[in-house]
Amino acid sequence: MQPYKSIAISSHHLKEDLPFHQKIALSLVAIGALIQIVFWVGNITANAGLWLYSSLALIVGGSLWYFREQYKDTLPGIKNNGVLFASLTAKGTLAWMLGVVLTGFYVVLYWFPEYLGLGGDGAANSGLVALFDPLSMLLKGKPASQWFVYGTLYTLIIFLMGVKFIYKYRHNRYQVYRTMSIIFFQTAIAFILPEILVGLNLPYNDFKNIWPLNYYFFFDWHINDLIASGLFGYFVLFWGIILFLVVTPVMTYFYGKRWYCSWVCGCGGLAETAGDPFRQLSDKSLKAWKLERWIIHSVLIFVTLMTVSVLVTRFTGFSRIFGIDSYTLSSWYGFLIGAAFSGVVGVGFYPIMGSRVWCRFGCPMAAYLGILQRFTIKLPWFKETKRMSKFRITTNGGQCISCGNCSTYCEMGIDVKAYAQRQEDIVRASCVGCGICSAVCPRGVLRLENI
Amino acid sequence: MHIIIIGNGISGSTAARHIRKLSDHKITMISSETEYPFSRTALMYIYMGHMKYDHTKLYEDWFWQKNNIETVNSHVDHINTDQSKIQLSDGTLMEYDKLVIATGSKSNKFGWPGQNLNGVQGLYNIQDLKMMEAASRKGIRRAVIVGGGLIGIEMAEMFHSRQIPVTMLVREDSFWNIVLPQNESQMINRHILANGIDLRLEEELLEIKGKDGSVSSIVCKNSTEEIHCEFVGLTVGVSPNIDFVKSSDILTNKGVLVNSNLQTSVPNVYAIGDCAELSSPKEGRRNIEAVWYTGRMMGEAVANIICNSSESYDQGIWFNSAKFFDIEYQVYGQISVVLPEGIGTLYWEHPSENKAIRINYEMASKSVIGFNLMGIRYRHTVCEKWLTENTHIETVLENLSLANFDPEFFNEYEQSLMDKYNAINRKNLTLKSKRKLRLVENFLQSDLND
Repeated sequence: MQPYKSIAISSHHLKEDLPFHQKIALSLVAIGALIQIVFWVGNITANAGLWLYSSLALIVGGSLWYFREQYKDTLPGIKNNGVLFASLTAKGTLAWMLGVVLTGFYVVLYWFPEYLGLGGDGAANSGLVALFDPLSMLLKGKPASQWFVYGTLYTLIIFLMGVKFIYKYRHNRYQVYRTMSIIFFQTAIAFILPEILVGLNLPYNDFKNIWPLNYYFFFDWHINDLIASGLFGYFVLFWGIILFLVVTPVMTYFYGKRWYCSWVCGCGGLAETAGDPFRQLSDKSLKAWKLERWIIHSVLIFVTLMTVSVLVTRFTGFSRIFGIDSYTLSSWYGFLIGAAFSGVVGVGFYPIMGSRVWCRFGCPMAAYLGILQRFTIKLPWFKETKRMSKFRITTNGGQCISCGNCSTYCEMGIDVKAYAQRQEDIVRASCVGCGICSAVCPRGVLRLENI
Repeated sequence: MHIIIIGNGISGSTAARHIRKLSDHKITMISSETEYPFSRTALMYIYMGHMKYDHTKLYEDWFWQKNNIETVNSHVDHINTDQSKIQLSDGTLMEYDKLVIATGSKSNKFGWPGQNLNGVQGLYNIQDLKMMEAASRKGIRRAVIVGGGLIGIEMAEMFHSRQIPVTMLVREDSFWNIVLPQNESQMINRHILANGIDLRLEEELLEIKGKDGSVSSIVCKNSTEEIHCEFVGLTVGVSPNIDFVKSSDILTNKGVLVNSNLQTSVPNVYAIGDCAELSSPKEGRRNIEAVWYTGRMMGEAVANIICNSSESYDQGIWFNSAKFFDIEYQVYGQISVVLPEGIGTLYWEHPSENKAIRINYEMASKSVIGFNLMGIRYRHTVCEKWLTENTHIETVLENLSLANFDPEFFNEYEQSLMDKYNAINRKNLTLKSKRKLRLVENFLQSDLND
């Protein structure tokens, strides 16, 4: 059953050929991307500003035009037509190719940034990194790093694919508001504000990145940096601890983990926007669920042990905690979880394993939020056992027809249908509350609620 | 005890699941359609590429074995009630202690000339879907769909998703107006047209013409127009799929006749779902209700009847749902096309979007009898409670937000409906409840304490 091919991401038009305007729009994007590739491969540094801004303008303009053309003649509503026929979104050749390219990009980004043009040891940048120097100079008065390039592209993709997402779900206000929130937090809080801080000679800080996702928060160098920068640094330390200890439990109590995972978080932001075309690829089997619980909670334990050992070393001077050198432990965490899992696997495998591989199997913050969302507690002064969160997805009486759209499009691999067809509420630690199950349900069966 | 269930649709599989919940009886579930139960209502989404077949399975494959429910992929040819045996198409005989017939429906064909040509078919089971897929691969320049019902509009949406032009012949003067009141029906007409479907109202099929054994065109009855097409969808309803029962002693009419215990004329033989015909249904309900929900409820009921032998099948308050392209539809209770004597109706329709709310009530007692929703989701449990308790229309209106099941941040239209009621009846009612799950739970629990 694969007669239709389309290169459009999550193709809504199953025409065998793209309409003319979309071809032009796509060409603009391609030219924009090509400029960056030429600068990268050809190691060019001349007129970086002009070329960078032209490239970004072509990518932004072309993409927005493309999405507008893609949706302007469609009626609002769920149109996942051909998603499981198209090569890119149904694990076909294009998907594997994209997976390899993304994975390769992350490997270079983390371990071989010199190939991106990063000038080490005070040397000037070249290639792709140099191309982004003008923008970096504009924001913080310093040359770019590979992380600046990555941050810019990351933000750009969340913005552009976010706009596409809003077009796609324009009939659903929950989706529209949520996506606007994601774009805001990524652009303003995760990208621009930290760069400005660096420009002001203050420590880089993303105010919504919470330990244990932000695993280096309690590292020696980070704490030293913060303390060295005076009042601002102490505020950042205080805010980070409050986020973890107070804001997270309180917000999760009222709204479930969705307040973070699908409204604020940057990893979630990329998954919800760029990853949206791949959400149907998550594994829904019971086996995968069992594996998920083992892995994600192991990571939570790992990050906790690692952080405790780093802190103990800082305050006592003992370097060997739990029988392992705390420095070794933290660098292994950084390598295995911080880079390999969250980046290389987390995003590189989007086209093969779905958009939330990291969030589902690896993210220790998601594990913490999940515990707050899922578990019940019985305190002496409670009459009955209470859920630690008011959030759940309710099922509308007997209206479920077991069609499977909800489970299919659950990026977290929750078999939503298994609950809905038995008229049970869905209360799962992993649910990020993206609301897509409710959106794709053809019978109005699912609703996200805070009791 | 060995219980054999013929058919693994929603009725049969629900029966199997519930019998297992209640007992350790040996259960065998036989189907010639698929090895494991899947959702037949999801067939359209497989064709449209929203899902693959595996996504539509009710449970993972291991589920049935784990629950000790044996699945047999075969066809039952004959039932011998004297010996309590069934015969499979390969000649195998199986003995049962209890037999549940849950073989569903088959698509109607009304003897049109050319109805057996290639490219002419209904849409009910997965074999139909495979035929449709094969026909689509051969190339369809235009598809004609005969019939203005739920399967017809599904088929139109399926072809539409693949950019295949569709002509729909609907006998009535408005889509599905044997079930939908006029306003709602006309909303669907407009939406069908907005999707670019060539909708022909008050038109019927005269004959289907073929070339080399395949359909090449159809002739309309009223306009006598000939429409060239490579596919004809016959979606003029379904009837019970019970041909194999007719050679047995089990009494049948249109369907397999059952009493309120879902028992057929032969002891230890039951029939459920689309193929069951209730001898004496509840007032205002049909003998045969070929809908998913009825099948599921009967499946659960028959399990209780077999395992507990106490409860009978309670039809409950009628409800149903569908989706017409982008418009979701839900109904709770009685909504008739023509308002019967003594029944009032309150209807609100969005000025620009495809959304509408209708509440019907008895004029004398003012108690609500039905809810009809287009493009708006209402809570089943809340509506059902109001209907069961014959709640006064004004009480319902004041608390209508409790019923709202639309996602967060959606506009709420309960006030609009209230304004309409106030204007017509010169009242000054206001909304009392908010849309809040805690309040809904309190409301639903209130009858337990009363």
